[in-house]
Amino acid sequence: MFTIGIIGVLIRRNAIIVFMCVELMLNAVNLLLVAFSKMHSASPATKASLTYASDAQIFVFFIMIVAAAEVSVGLAIIVMMYRNTHSIDVNFLNRLKN
Amino acid sequence: MNTQIVFILLSIMAIGSAVAMLLSKSPVKSILWLILVFFAISGNYFLLNAQFLGIVNLIVYAGAIMVLFLFVVMLMNLNADAEQAKNYRLQFIGVISGGCLLLILLSFLMASKTPQPVLMKVGESGLINKLGLTLFHDYVLPFEISSVLFLSAMVGVVVISKK
Repeated sequence: MFTIGIIGVLIRRNAIIVFMCVELMLNAVNLLLVAFSKMHSASPATKASLTYASDAQIFVFFIMIVAAAEVSVGLAIIVMMYRNTHSIDVNFLNRLKN
Repeated sequence: MNTQIVFILLSIMAIGSAVAMLLSKSPVKSILWLILVFFAISGNYFLLNAQFLGIVNLIVYAGAIMVLFLFVVMLMNLNADAEQAKNYRLQFIGVISGGCLLLILLSFLMASKTPQPVLMKVGESGLINKLGLTLFHDYVLPFEISSVLFLSAMVGVVVISKK
């Protein structure tokens, strides 16, 4: 799923689709984090303490918080860009340096 | 056994709708496919007995963020033929490099020894009780900092869209 997100960022030129692919990558990483934490907390060495899985899930929770803030800012930037250029083509932005 | 079937179904649903999201032409359809992906991911969280994360994922992503995306798309009044003049060579290169990355990740995953399969539907670490205790005992400071982050994001969005 992470790979699908990366391919999406690479091949699409619509800024919104690129943005959604970034969200997809974030979600894939979150899911992997939870799964790996479950795997480690189930191994016999750490059987006594269940806090590892809790910590990982708190971590995922903070990732979600940051992602939500990032989405709001990014969408505002996209709206502003659309107002200025009337296009959401990413390639349009390569003249940013002027 | 039952859990495994559900897991496989959810994974197929997630990956299939992610691919469909990429391939669909109009942005609105793409957003709807992405909502389906988020539902599948939430189902996977429930299978891992991380109920709190599953609910939060549903509310935050499928609820709030996707509505935001839909608002922006409808605000811009995009039509389906907004994306013409594709560069097929660039797409080909993108797919090839993404496939290479997938191969590398898979090879690492196969080479690593898993201690034992993930235990699904066991453990109490994902319940709200335990998570809340951890959050407000050990992670109070990051929690407060995240509220400051939200405040600054809010102010930033207002400033950007006022221009």
